[in-house]
Amino acid sequence: MAAEGKTIDALSQFELIPVLGPVGRAVGFSQSNAHMLLAVGLVSLLMLAGIRKRALVPGRLQAASEMFYEFIENLVTGQVGHEGKKYFPFVFALFMFVLFGNLIGLLPYAFTYTSHIAVTLGLAATVFFVTTIVALALHGKKFFGYFFPEGAPLWLAPIIVPVELVSYLSRPISLSVRLFANMVAGHVLLKVFATFVVLLGGLGMIGPVAALLPLSVNVLLVGFEILVAFLQAYVFAILTCIYLHDAVHLH
Amino acid sequence: MTRLLHATALALLLSQSPVALAQQVTAPAPTGLVQTTGPLPGQQGESVPVQADSDRHRAVTEAQRTEAEYQAAARSDADAGGMPQLDFGNPLMISQVVWLFVIFGALVFLCYQYLLPPVAAVLEDRRARIAADLDAARDARAEAEAAEAGRRDSTARARAEAQASIAAATQAAQAESAARAEALAERLNKQIAEAEARIGAARTAAMGALREVATDATEAMVQRLSGVTDKAAVAAAVQRELAARNLKPAG
Repeated sequence: MAAEGKTIDALSQFELIPVLGPVGRAVGFSQSNAHMLLAVGLVSLLMLAGIRKRALVPGRLQAASEMFYEFIENLVTGQVGHEGKKYFPFVFALFMFVLFGNLIGLLPYAFTYTSHIAVTLGLAATVFFVTTIVALALHGKKFFGYFFPEGAPLWLAPIIVPVELVSYLSRPISLSVRLFANMVAGHVLLKVFATFVVLLGGLGMIGPVAALLPLSVNVLLVGFEILVAFLQAYVFAILTCIYLHDAVHLH
Repeated sequence: MTRLLHATALALLLSQSPVALAQQVTAPAPTGLVQTTGPLPGQQGESVPVQADSDRHRAVTEAQRTEAEYQAAARSDADAGGMPQLDFGNPLMISQVVWLFVIFGALVFLCYQYLLPPVAAVLEDRRARIAADLDAARDARAEAEAAEAGRRDSTARARAEAQASIAAATQAAQAESAARAEALAERLNKQIAEAEARIGAARTAAMGALREVATDATEAMVQRLSGVTDKAAVAAAVQRELAARNLKPAG
């Protein structure tokens, strides 16, 4: 066994691989996109199957879909106010897409599309453009007053305006990097400890016993990752709501 | 032929045991999705399938070849120590983001059109139903309170009526008994008066008889004692005596 064979490769799990044969390759359809489709399918299934009976007293599935609905609705109305109702489906789609991406990614053999900076940046850019367009549509030119708070002395403008501008423009960066870094770190850790299990397990008599330690660490990590999956989806949704609040109310 | 050998080597790598796989972790980790485009069952081992349909065989080989190219590119990238997420030269990266927008856009559209309105309807339905039930309960309570007040009223009225009729009856009875007592007293007074009159008459008669008896007795005694018969004197004496004894003379 070569020495390099024992090194730990935790990054290959993030590689994009085309699926669906020649057609998928022709249109650049990777397993990442397949998992996005799967997430959309699962979200649709959950919502449609849950609400199918339209029961007055909800069953388990209906309670789940209602719980998600009300959770995000409360989030949006709590942050944005009553005017935020219009944007509720957008925030809902965002939350569910991120949440299901995180959760599906925890299954063995599955791919975590939220571990790709391109994907999270795409989502964050969508949020950025949506909030900016909403703000421009609602307030027109007054929106630019956002970068210079009222009542501040005019001579401070050369300092305040660039600072506000940079903080506004860095929103999609922080939004996307937070999710991306969390998911990558979690999956790298899982992979590293899983590799430890296998490497230690091969060490003769003592191996299987020693392998129990990284195995138990991995069990704990999976639980932690489930928490992180929810938490990051929540953070993504609530930050979107906060940005929407700024867009609707301008401070 | 070398390409085919390369592909079959990859296939071998895929079919290795987990331990062996872990010892080769520097090689790109195969995912479940890769296996779907993996070798056909007849291609196990080093032997070239003899009976394979040539067209299909060529197609499979072609697929594996491109597969191998992607894997080779990924491996070279991994060898360079970069994260696959930052390999923006990979054409799959762009297409991933394009597909992300398509799929996420579809999810947003689905949420706006099909997934959320039924949930909103069900929740609204339930809210209305609960409000209606609460209203009905409130109405029923008000009704019960009104009925209770009415009952209390009628009880009070009935009690007052009863008291009045008791008082009236008592008064009537008292009046009646008073009248009867009066009549009785009147009759008794009359009887007493009659009796007194009778007694008076009887006494007068008795008094008259007394004087007569006394006169006769005195006359007889005087005649026996003195032999004198003086009726007038005797009568006068008796009269005097009677008057002296405070007995009213008869007549």
